[in-house]
Amino acid sequence: MILLKRNWIISSFIGIFIMGYLCHGYGKDKELLNVSYDPTRELYKDFNQVFQTYWKEKTGQDIVIQQSHGGAGKQARAVIEGLEADVVTLALAYDIDAMHRISQLIPENWQSRLPNNSCPYTSTIVFLVRKDNPKRIKDWNDLIRPDIEVITPNPKTSGGARWNYLAAWGYALSNNANDESKAMEFISKLYQNVPVLDTGARGSTNTFIKGIGDVFISWENEALLAIHKLGRGQFEIVIPSLSILAEPPVTVIDKNVDEHGTRKIAEEYLKYLYTPVGQEICAKHYYRPVDPNIAVIYQDQFPKVRLFNIREVFGSWTDAQKKHFSDGGIFDQIYMDQ
Amino acid sequence: MKDYRSKNEDVPVRLKTHPLTEPWPIRLLLTAVAFIFLGLFLIMPLVIVFYNALAEGFIAFKNVITNSEALSSIRLTLIVIGLAVPMNIVFGILAAWAVTKFSFRGKQILISFIDLPLTVSPVISGTVFILIFGLHGVLGEWLNSIHVKIVFAVPGIVLATIFVTLPYVARELIPLMQAQGSSDEEAAVTLGASGWKTFFKITLPNIKWGLFYGVILCTARAIGEFGAVSVVSGHIRGKTVTMPLEVEILYNEYNFSAAFSIASLLALLSLAAMGLKKLTQNKTEKVALEHEKFLNITGV
Amino acid sequence: MTKKKKKQSVIPGFSMSMGLTLSYLTLIVLAPLSMLFIRAAGLNVSEIKHILLSERTLSAFALSFGASLIAALINCIFGFIVAWVLVRYTFPGKVFFDAFVDLPFALPTAVAGISLTSLYMTSGWIGRYFHILGIKVAYTRIGIIVALTFIGLPFVVRTLQPVLSDMDKQAEEAAVSLGASRWKTFIHVILPEISPALLTGFALALARAIGEYGSVVFISGNMPNRTEIVPLLIMTRLEEYDYSGATVIAAFMLIVSFLLLLMINLLQGWGQRFQEAEKL
Repeated sequence: MILLKRNWIISSFIGIFIMGYLCHGYGKDKELLNVSYDPTRELYKDFNQVFQTYWKEKTGQDIVIQQSHGGAGKQARAVIEGLEADVVTLALAYDIDAMHRISQLIPENWQSRLPNNSCPYTSTIVFLVRKDNPKRIKDWNDLIRPDIEVITPNPKTSGGARWNYLAAWGYALSNNANDESKAMEFISKLYQNVPVLDTGARGSTNTFIKGIGDVFISWENEALLAIHKLGRGQFEIVIPSLSILAEPPVTVIDKNVDEHGTRKIAEEYLKYLYTPVGQEICAKHYYRPVDPNIAVIYQDQFPKVRLFNIREVFGSWTDAQKKHFSDGGIFDQIYMDQ
Repeated sequence: MKDYRSKNEDVPVRLKTHPLTEPWPIRLLLTAVAFIFLGLFLIMPLVIVFYNALAEGFIAFKNVITNSEALSSIRLTLIVIGLAVPMNIVFGILAAWAVTKFSFRGKQILISFIDLPLTVSPVISGTVFILIFGLHGVLGEWLNSIHVKIVFAVPGIVLATIFVTLPYVARELIPLMQAQGSSDEEAAVTLGASGWKTFFKITLPNIKWGLFYGVILCTARAIGEFGAVSVVSGHIRGKTVTMPLEVEILYNEYNFSAAFSIASLLALLSLAAMGLKKLTQNKTEKVALEHEKFLNITGV
Repeated sequence: MTKKKKKQSVIPGFSMSMGLTLSYLTLIVLAPLSMLFIRAAGLNVSEIKHILLSERTLSAFALSFGASLIAALINCIFGFIVAWVLVRYTFPGKVFFDAFVDLPFALPTAVAGISLTSLYMTSGWIGRYFHILGIKVAYTRIGIIVALTFIGLPFVVRTLQPVLSDMDKQAEEAAVSLGASRWKTFIHVILPEISPALLTGFALALARAIGEYGSVVFISGNMPNRTEIVPLLIMTRLEEYDYSGATVIAAFMLIVSFLLLLMINLLQGWGQRFQEAEKL
């Protein structure tokens, strides 16, 4: 009995000690945490190395850059609830807006702090089809044909899927002289062709790779990556006649960098994305560079697409979110009618 | 009580034909059904995992599980089970003791509360800790002011794991101890043994395999938990990424064989736990077990 | 009841074990879960009604509970056979099979979901045979049941195993020697003895299935009104930063599953007392 009691006390001491150790803040080296979404893993892996060398040369200081990737919404929620990101690089402005709206982690004008609406790279929405395009898919109109199966993730859980949806909506509007009811009909038909709504973009990619569906609506960078990494010659990219300019923004999280004393590094880190070196890395990872000089070098990789941006068609992300993806919004309605 | 009775069973008092088993066609049928069921639901998915893990050869497999990120995820997973499992063992035994050795009002309510973490969706079991310890949580402000990190750090992961695996030991022990009743303990106590002594000398030997199964389930669940941990982890690679999270990361990097390598490692970990059981059972219990004619432990 | 209380008072440790159990349970389970109700209370009654009574939520609830019940029943039947075979029979490779039973726990649910999907899709190793029969498994409700059966299996097998191997064989012997057929022995002697454990296994498998998210989202297709489970609805609410909406659904789900568990546990407790009374 006494033995047991002693063990009990000792082990609870050990437990408390370990918990205390684990709760304690982490090391004292200059660390930077970049919280990002799924498709940028490869991009930031490369970029971080280059930036570390650059920073070392410039200041002689060693820094460690930590990465965190996941679904954009989930990542944004983590930052809002206290994940101490120094910078965030997410899929859409809506999620970063929430950091101001809910948590005041950043000022309201965050998007005007860096060039090009704080987007150091852009992308667009394209179609990935199977080799030789057996179903002859050329444009958005083909996706609502009854013989086509479309793969796209669930826009309510995936940021990328929201870009897909908005691109389709924008096309439908411009094709039907801005008639919203026609656009809704189009979207409804499109989603009737979707056999599986994965919860994330990469889940959808994997569903498509497994052989399900005829066309996969995807970020251009993801489509290019899928072709180069997963199956050279198995897939082809089809560029639609009209698509959306996908703008994944970046920002420093003011509250956290001021607490960590990392503002200088964090700001420099993001600015470095806009330099020719940074732009080149973005382009290599299939993101469209915003620097025209670099864009010229990579023009073969990124065919010209007629693009509209979210402000032209939807006003703002908050408006688009509310109208289309909120509870009872248009996306919910197209499933209610069935 | 059961122990000496089982010894007496060896005395052939009755029919020499096997009176306590089914005719062979039924035995065969049942075994076949079990095989097919396990095959469809357990073995095949596992084959897929190992098939994919070794798709790029053993060297690739070895490289994956020895790179620094994988190792740090393994280390974190071990830390988490090292903290979560013992806590739940102690809780499980106490709860089972309270529930089965005494009668009181609301017993079934208490049992249902113990079951509760199972029904809670992993998404929610992570989120409730965010609602408490997150920046906007009940304790968020205060924790922030004293610079203690719970969520998006290791303590949050441990807490979420404890929550998710809490019912396992208790729920494994309760039906077993109920089936055994408490007459043995009553006898011991009446004869003057102390409570602790009764527990260690009478109860523990009786429940040890049930306890073992409970610990194994709890451990397996702790190493495999993804949903709840994913919500509170923050996914900082090398710091707050456990093995299941590492699997997800690799899978999302289109690094399929690497993802399945880590997954197969998780599977091996749980198999190792069972192997450990067989081993200890064989060594320490050989003599005693010879009498348990129906429980063929060696499987030969 | 009163008689029992008197009898059991000899065993010490009630206040200690009960006190520690309750405080641990409160700290780890009840306090965190109460947060759901606190957050959900931020909404007024009509908003709560709107969320819970929408067609979509209701069909998700029907699917989650229905599929979980079916999966738990499948596990009860086959889990019992597996446990029986593993405990009572001898065959080569038994250790191997025994060890496999815990796998659904150790395998991260996402991995399980991915593996099951690739097995049961129409071009998969198993799915193609179902396809010949005209049954589509992956991306349908059947797929959800498959995933839920997978994750719930260990509960039934592992709760039955210790009880089966511990079972008092004298009663069985007596029944046989009195001329009872094997089937009768099973129904009248074995089944009553193991039914508490079987019910426990059923309750646990059911409970686990109701909340399952990770494996199901891969195999179900997630189509609103058809293959959308409740945890996914919660997830979509969170994705909109709608914590109140998410917690309302979660809290409601919690209440329903708690009542379900309580029912099963009461049934089991009642059976137990009945059995004890019969023995006396």
